[in-house]
Amino acid sequence: MIDTFVIPLVKILVVLNATLVAVSYMVLLERKVIAWTQSRLGPMRVGPYGVLQPIADAIKLMIKEDITPVRADRWVFTLAPIISMVPALIVYAVIPFGPTVTIFGHAVPLYVTDINVGLLYIVSVASVGVYGIILAGYASNSKYPLLASLRASAQLISYEVAVTLTLVSVILMAGSLSMVSIVLAQEQARVWYGFVQPLAFGIFFIGSLAETNRAPFDMPEAEQELTGGFHTEYSGMRFALFFLAEYANMIVVSSVATTLFLGGWLRPFPNVAWLGVLDLIPGWIWFLVKSFVFLYIFIWVRATLPRYRYDQLMRLGWKVLIPLAILNLVATAIVKVWWLA
Amino acid sequence: MDAPALRHGAMFDTNELELNMGPQHPSTHGVLRVVLRLDGEKVVDADVVIGYLHRGIEKLSENRNYTQIVLLTDRMDYVAAATNNVGYCETVEKLMAIEVPRRARYVRTIVCELQRIASHCLWVGTHAMDIGAMTVFLYAFRERELILDLFEELCGARLTYNSQRIGGLPLDIPPGWDRKVLAFVEVMTGKVEEYEALLTENRIWLERTKGVGVIEGPEAIALGLSGPPLRGSGVPRDIRKDEPYAAYDEMQFEVPLGKAGDTYDRYVVRMEEFRQSLRIIRQAAEGIPEGPVVGKVPRLIKPPAGETYHAIESPKGELGYFVVSDGKSTNPYRFRVRPPSFCNLQALRRLCRGHLVADVVALIGSLDVVLGEVDR
Amino acid sequence: MADDPRKPEDATPHDGDDPGPVAPAAPAAAAASTPPGEVAVPGAAAAPASPRPPVAPKPAAPPPAKPAGAVAARPPAAPKPAAEHPPKAAPPSGPAEPPPPADVPVPAFIARLQAAKPGAVTLVSYFVGDWTIVVPVDRLHEVAQHLRDAPEAAFDFCSDVTATDWPPRAAERFDVVYCLYSTTHRQRIRVKTRAGETTPVRSVTDLWPAANWLEREVFDMFGVNFTGHPDRRRILMPDDWQGHPQRKDYPLEGPGELLLENPQEWLKLKQTRDEADLE
Repeated sequence: MIDTFVIPLVKILVVLNATLVAVSYMVLLERKVIAWTQSRLGPMRVGPYGVLQPIADAIKLMIKEDITPVRADRWVFTLAPIISMVPALIVYAVIPFGPTVTIFGHAVPLYVTDINVGLLYIVSVASVGVYGIILAGYASNSKYPLLASLRASAQLISYEVAVTLTLVSVILMAGSLSMVSIVLAQEQARVWYGFVQPLAFGIFFIGSLAETNRAPFDMPEAEQELTGGFHTEYSGMRFALFFLAEYANMIVVSSVATTLFLGGWLRPFPNVAWLGVLDLIPGWIWFLVKSFVFLYIFIWVRATLPRYRYDQLMRLGWKVLIPLAILNLVATAIVKVWWLA
Repeated sequence: MDAPALRHGAMFDTNELELNMGPQHPSTHGVLRVVLRLDGEKVVDADVVIGYLHRGIEKLSENRNYTQIVLLTDRMDYVAAATNNVGYCETVEKLMAIEVPRRARYVRTIVCELQRIASHCLWVGTHAMDIGAMTVFLYAFRERELILDLFEELCGARLTYNSQRIGGLPLDIPPGWDRKVLAFVEVMTGKVEEYEALLTENRIWLERTKGVGVIEGPEAIALGLSGPPLRGSGVPRDIRKDEPYAAYDEMQFEVPLGKAGDTYDRYVVRMEEFRQSLRIIRQAAEGIPEGPVVGKVPRLIKPPAGETYHAIESPKGELGYFVVSDGKSTNPYRFRVRPPSFCNLQALRRLCRGHLVADVVALIGSLDVVLGEVDR
Repeated sequence: MADDPRKPEDATPHDGDDPGPVAPAAPAAAAASTPPGEVAVPGAAAAPASPRPPVAPKPAAPPPAKPAGAVAARPPAAPKPAAEHPPKAAPPSGPAEPPPPADVPVPAFIARLQAAKPGAVTLVSYFVGDWTIVVPVDRLHEVAQHLRDAPEAAFDFCSDVTATDWPPRAAERFDVVYCLYSTTHRQRIRVKTRAGETTPVRSVTDLWPAANWLEREVFDMFGVNFTGHPDRRRILMPDDWQGHPQRKDYPLEGPGELLLENPQEWLKLKQTRDEADLE
């Protein structure tokens, strides 16, 4: 009874709430990090050093007037932010934050569930989120969002291919689609896949920047060109949903990258025995630290780089990343079949 | 979405999209409106609509006396207001044949070059921001702030300076101001490197700016481009060299030139102008001669009947004033400004044809227009 | 006293109870010398003491690209001497155009221009270092072309196009001024031509594309009738604006919305106010 209902329910609540809190603090973190990069202070007014800023933001967005443009497609307009938020949240179900731990005599695995097609589930569910953007652009009945949604669909489809191909390389290495098994495979191999598959890791990183609409690939919401892009016409809580979905997606890709390439909850350098003292730190902390580093790089990149142009982005995706990913996949397969077998 | 110009022959029929960029748009640097006709994201034609900031400064000036106009010129290119003051005062001085003391001419040179740096700071920030690199903006504003502080000390204002008088300066420079200017030059020299480190060799920056909005020298001349956009096309034209004013004839400096005439070359020219401006400021601040700061100016400024056109090199290009005096009145009979931004902006239509929407934004930035000056 | 009772002028035909189709903005010059309360008689103004007839409708002259309404003026039915009411303080009737002093030699490009285009330069003026030539309006384009193409002139850069309004000159009230610069010889020249409100001034946009917006601005601000311009629209003022603000007789403080919405009503209001002022 406890194992079948209570524990999963508690886990779902914890993960969901932790995600939402993390997302809102991610916004603060981004503002702070970018401010420090730009020799500013960032939010300082709400709470000490602005730590309560996310709460103020949430209150503001909730009490703001929610405007639907007169000639918008009302249903789709309302549906779009939900479509983009929900997949971003349900992906967390399969992300392993840590190994199985024992709490009050119950063996509790630190993930909501481990399904044997975990990676496939992530890829397919996450790509549903794109529809939110496309529908938002279509439903707004406005030209800038329309252009943005066209950009978004082209961009996300192209980079989906490259990213998925890198994932296949990892699947080949681990021999499993389950997220937990992939981490365990890395434990067994005593090396993070990021070191074995540096090319795949690089392509995954670039691709994930593009898939989460982050700079330098933030074309669908290019503030300076399309005045906010697909969410130009949105306001209040519906805008907030898009906003949160973007950050939730960032956390998702960081978690996936951590799991696939940075050894999940494993300590650094699992092959070096004398670093064993690091195992005293619980695995979920390692997981969070690694994800945080990944997220930090996201922000760092945004603060530093200019934005690609749409055609250049497509060229990079189709002419560079996808061929490289295919090459990497073929090479992995050859190595795996002929040398390791 | 009117005027559906159907194109047959392709797999699908497409029609053009008309997109209004501005007057409320984050990257049009004010209230510029560009009506784009798009084929997908490709710009087929761009109609530039201006006038949203028209305040009739020329008409106003014809009903103010010569001294009062200095203040109105501030409101044109408010990013480099003191340059406008200098240009106007020199025009009236030319009309009245007033000899400006050397000390005042040196200070004017410093003021003009500080304004050039301030203007280029704002330009590099906003231009980079338009292309998506937002950090440069804050860095550049940090240094612009130092210039504003210098101006605050010089004339008490931070944006619209009213810093010149016909015949010279309203007041002598505050004691120690020249040393502060020199200290600023030291600081700024390193900061220019900082901006360049973020952009000049950045791959994305190169891809976004190289080959975008190419204009050859002869065409740039015919289109009336002036200032960095013209020099970016390799035309060696700088009024500071060709028709020296203030104390530029006594300064050593080079005129940076581009080759390709694309957005990148215009960027490189302006970045190099930072350094040349610093060089001029250093020479001028070190060599400020002693003496009066105002020439022999009659109490009532009433130029003899006649007209003149006088141009100076503002940060944006050729800033010309055409003043007609009837010899009887203390107001100019005709006051005309040749705004560099206005003439440069004219080239936008030619430049952005065939490029993408994202390039339009980059091109507006690379022309460096200030709408206060375009519309007057 | 700058705001004379004056019909709002534009290149659009007037409607309503106007005394017939008049030349656009014809009364402006006369209005300056008309006592308040008395509407300027259209047509009376168009009879200046100028030797040139005020732009007779030559069939060949109006180019096809001219917008509707900007048609050439009808010759005045009953020419009356315009100077019936001598103005109190005579406004200046033209710029000072001093001839070059004896010790300043005329530049070679002007001399060559005079030789190549006899009669095209009616006046050479020199003032504080600036050379100005005055050109008849019908020869402006050929002079401009010569100045651009002749090797010793090579004025390839059109710095500025502007105009000056001298209302007392009536039929030739505008000086259209072209500031030219040569990037090869580093020299400047101003070319001036005189034009009336309806005189066709051939656009130089084909010579210098830079003149496109500059001429648009002159058209917008003064109503100079440029012909052959590829895109003659207003540029700074709104498209539906009436009148040309830089003219000297344009009212400085205006009626605001009323003038835009109902010019007739505005004129009546203006007249009653002026009468009240007299009493």
